[in-house]
Amino acid sequence: MKKYNLLWAFVAMFFILMGCSSNTKDAPKSIQIVGSSAMQPIVEMGAHQYQKKHPEQKITVQGGGSGTGLSQVQSGAVDVGNSDIFASQQKGIDANKIVDHQLAVIGVAPIVNKDAGVKNVTMEQLQKIYAGEYTNWREVGGKDMEIVVIDRAHGSGTRAIFDDEVMADTKKMKAQEQDSNGSVQHMVSETPGALSYVSFPYLKDTFVALKIDGVTPTPKNVTTNKWKLWGYEHMYTSKNASKETNAFIKYLLKSDQVQEKLLSRLDYISIRDMEVTKDKDGLVSPK
Amino acid sequence: MDPIKKKIQNKSKETRQELIGKILSYSSILLIVLVVLSIFIFVASKGIATFTQNNASLKDFFFSTDWSPTAVGKDGRPLVGALPMITGSFGVTLLAVLFATPFAIGTALYMTEIASKKGRNFLQIVTELLVGIPSVVYGFIGLNVVVPFVREHFGGSGYGILSGAFVLFVMVLPTVTSLTVDSLRAVPSHYKSASLALGATEWQTIYKVTLRAALPGILTAVIFGMARAFGEALAVQMVIGNATLMPKGLLSASSTLTSVLTMGIGNTVMGTVGNNALWSLALVLLVMSLVFNLLVKWIGRKGRF
Repeated sequence: MKKYNLLWAFVAMFFILMGCSSNTKDAPKSIQIVGSSAMQPIVEMGAHQYQKKHPEQKITVQGGGSGTGLSQVQSGAVDVGNSDIFASQQKGIDANKIVDHQLAVIGVAPIVNKDAGVKNVTMEQLQKIYAGEYTNWREVGGKDMEIVVIDRAHGSGTRAIFDDEVMADTKKMKAQEQDSNGSVQHMVSETPGALSYVSFPYLKDTFVALKIDGVTPTPKNVTTNKWKLWGYEHMYTSKNASKETNAFIKYLLKSDQVQEKLLSRLDYISIRDMEVTKDKDGLVSPK
Repeated sequence: MDPIKKKIQNKSKETRQELIGKILSYSSILLIVLVVLSIFIFVASKGIATFTQNNASLKDFFFSTDWSPTAVGKDGRPLVGALPMITGSFGVTLLAVLFATPFAIGTALYMTEIASKKGRNFLQIVTELLVGIPSVVYGFIGLNVVVPFVREHFGGSGYGILSGAFVLFVMVLPTVTSLTVDSLRAVPSHYKSASLALGATEWQTIYKVTLRAALPGILTAVIFGMARAFGEALAVQMVIGNATLMPKGLLSASSTLTSVLTMGIGNTVMGTVGNNALWSLALVLLVMSLVFNLLVKWIGRKGRF
């Protein structure tokens, strides 16, 4: 009957494990966060700091994209859905069912390969390049070199910001698409004549960040809306979020550690510094 | 009761073991069949929803080149032209297999007919090593080596079907090689002996007898290679450029079914047109892998010794 003993041992272990999971009522409920990969580093670092004060709080932060974050929080599968775009901009999401918490502001800048010989463009020129009207850098004051246009994937938050401000109602031509800021960085550094755009944390000196109408892409210019390509980083929760979730989000929004130090270190812009606000239709008004 | 009668009428330990064994194996089979069936039904129902719920046109899906599922065309139907991706997928697959097959046959012939035991073992290790390298590593090498190489020697931006085919060539090579080796080994030795006894040289024997006899097996190997290439996502996505445009040539940025799938799935919401359209692409992939499998079966039946 030796094998039956083994069986009983497994059954016993199963019940002990079950007991373990139900015995932890006193510990705080863990917080599940999913969504925008652009927001992942800042939420992770915020969670790390929060856990220094509340060591018993479990927080998991995953990427997966803004669309995933929004749909998961709407269906109640996670506590927080990170998104670079307003919930109402995403098809299939009912914005009234979830609550928006704006964590920070992110700027987006067009970037070109160093060989193109261009440092400044007008908004109109940028639009016409992405519409497919200009195909050579010569036409916008650069070298005689073909423009290799690189776009981000449909539904990317960075693309949504870029399209809203630059393209408005003009139809964008179809171009190469990349699924992350990182691969865009790599491609623009390496490919002669390449043009794309990345969010501020991904600006590097291996390529040129373009000025638009003479305005330099800096956080300072974003706060006054002189630099127009910016958007909010949202953390969406359900209406009846757990008290642990609310406490964590309150910490991220209110703590000086996060809003003053962490954000500027990662090249995000704190909501506090903004002198203007933007609504979901892109209308800017003074704060 | 009579002990002998009891022993005969009651179930012995061995019968019970037999029964337990049967239950175990049947339930395993049932589970696997259920998993396969449910995957198929799930992908199919999602993929068909594009045409039933979202009212997209099946003709557009296969013959139109305009892929922007979230927008609607003039006729009010979503724009789900998947032809660029289907072309891209077949383009990289066929090209990769075209590059890989001669090398695979050459290597396999060397391993089975010519090499010493030492050489054979060495090549075996090399091909097995190629299988073990994760696809992201192939993609990374593709991005840093193949793309600049193609840009400098062939022109264009370096991103396109040709780069994708080069990367896939290395990835399918071990699959095609090892299956070709198996089929060459399966050629009965008396075929070769008879040919040599008739006075044929070694090359004549290889070319006129061994290769001919192993042809169905080699074709199976090629089709398995195609299936592998067709389904590869990550490595191709990194070097093909991902433009949902009809490829203008081997050097223009294009996309495959898999690359569009992996790029889009995180940015769409379950149940919307955008998401359903991606499931339709997945259904095409699934059906194609089924076709590859059936082809293998069919060739296998045709070409028995």
